[in-house]
Amino acid sequence: MEKLIKIMDTVRSGVDYMAHTALIDDGVLDSFDIVSLIAELSDAYDIQIPAEEIVPENFNSAALLQAMINRLADNP
Amino acid sequence: MNFASYGFAAFLAVTVVLYYSVLRRFQWQLLLAASVVFYAFSGWGNLVFISVTVVTTYITGVKIQGIPKTGENKPKRRRLLICCMVLNFGILAVVKFLDAAAPNFVLTLGISFYTFQTMGYIIDCYRGKEAERRFFRFALFAMFFPQLIQGPISRHGDLSATLYGPHKFNPQNFAEGATRVLWGFFKKLVIADRLLPAVGTLTEDPQAFGGVYVLLAIFLYAITLYADFTGGIDITIGIARGLGIRVKENFDMPFYSKNIAEYWRRWHITMGTWFKDYLFYPISTSKPMLRFMKFVKRTCGDYAGRRAPVYACTLILWFLTGLWHGMTWNFVAWGLANGIAIIISQELTPLYNRFHRRFGLKGTRGWNAFEVFRMFWIMNFIRSFDIYEGVGETFKAWGSIVARPNISGFSLLGLGPDTADYVVAAIGVAMMILTGVVMRRMKTKEIPPFRHFAICAGLAFVIVVFGAYGFGYDATSFIYNQF
Repeated sequence: MEKLIKIMDTVRSGVDYMAHTALIDDGVLDSFDIVSLIAELSDAYDIQIPAEEIVPENFNSAALLQAMINRLADNP
Repeated sequence: MNFASYGFAAFLAVTVVLYYSVLRRFQWQLLLAASVVFYAFSGWGNLVFISVTVVTTYITGVKIQGIPKTGENKPKRRRLLICCMVLNFGILAVVKFLDAAAPNFVLTLGISFYTFQTMGYIIDCYRGKEAERRFFRFALFAMFFPQLIQGPISRHGDLSATLYGPHKFNPQNFAEGATRVLWGFFKKLVIADRLLPAVGTLTEDPQAFGGVYVLLAIFLYAITLYADFTGGIDITIGIARGLGIRVKENFDMPFYSKNIAEYWRRWHITMGTWFKDYLFYPISTSKPMLRFMKFVKRTCGDYAGRRAPVYACTLILWFLTGLWHGMTWNFVAWGLANGIAIIISQELTPLYNRFHRRFGLKGTRGWNAFEVFRMFWIMNFIRSFDIYEGVGETFKAWGSIVARPNISGFSLLGLGPDTADYVVAAIGVAMMILTGVVMRRMKTKEIPPFRHFAICAGLAFVIVVFGAYGFGYDATSFIYNQF
């Protein structure tokens, strides 16, 4: 999780990613952040994030993101 | 068949009576039959076009689902998806192109809406969502008559949850639906159709109506388009509600937006989310685009690298959104103007942030009002590409505001509507604004059916007395029918 939070901080700093659970619904992350985040995550975790995974249910919190990363890493 | 016609009223009445009279397990079949009849009334040729889309999309969906989603089968699934999309978007492109060359010669009713709805469905199937295996149920999803001609663009997962019933007659649903339908007709007949002739007069001859009249034209068009499009959507959602079916909202008080990105999240919501989910993210996060991002980061730095792919995709998206509305330079210019405005707004954000840190105006009532006012007029200017004959005429009209304002000779009369029309429309707009505010405050609070019926009676009275219909009027088609 620490690695993920670091990456999220580089994309958009000043957000309490451990506490926030509505990053998309509350408009904390915009489309720029999401695209940047996907680029960074693809590199850092060597995964491919397909378009159908880009939904609030996967991006609303760091925990949800981590779960998606683990899932995609286990089932490439 | 135009919603604002006696023929449609009779058709709807018969459909509703039969819907609640037949055995409940046959309700959706009845809706399909009604949808076919509705579409046939708009021309048998139209039925051919939509049938091709329904049949090809259905078969492709079932076939894609029949192929496992494993690695070696991916190309096969992708081939099927691409074939279906090329065929259906191809039909849409040809029809749109021919319509641009010879208006209304071949344009099929609602083709942009049902094509996007069915193509969204097929992409979902490709991504792993369950395909509809029963052909006639799928046909109803594609052809459901209330939303066939101007949307909203529904997702299969959302609409199918309530589309197939069974639905017991529910006075609450029926009353809410009836109110929503009449509210839609109020917007269309009391506001939009009264002001539309003035917009026509003002934009037909930009030479005669330059200067301050250009501001009037784009102001009246904003009101007319909003009343017309949201009115049509109210009718659609209201009819569906009366039948016990939930259709997604397509508007969320867009004129209260403070920036252009927010405006497009609140106007024609289902089109915006369609483009975002099926175009923007797939392109902006595709491998070539991510490679492009890295390349720009390496050569121009982090800031440019982060923005370049998103800006490129924003322009592609808005170019295509323009084409969706029509294959003319007007709509291409309109689309690109939206994209450029979004990019400028994004680039100015740090400047605004510095400004707010310095002066602390953000969130104050006055600044909020300024932002809403600014957004309203930016969108009015962008929308003006939609109403003048060509892109050149639009720029000339803008230029005339400064070059020859003509404020002293300004008059609202002589443009089509008379004083009574303007007064009725102004009261209508005030009611529209007030109702929006009240509904927002009430949120999900339920109004009992008897109150709904009282509101219905009031609305019906107002529409009958003040609506622009009957002798001396020709209720125009909804503006979005042409898309």
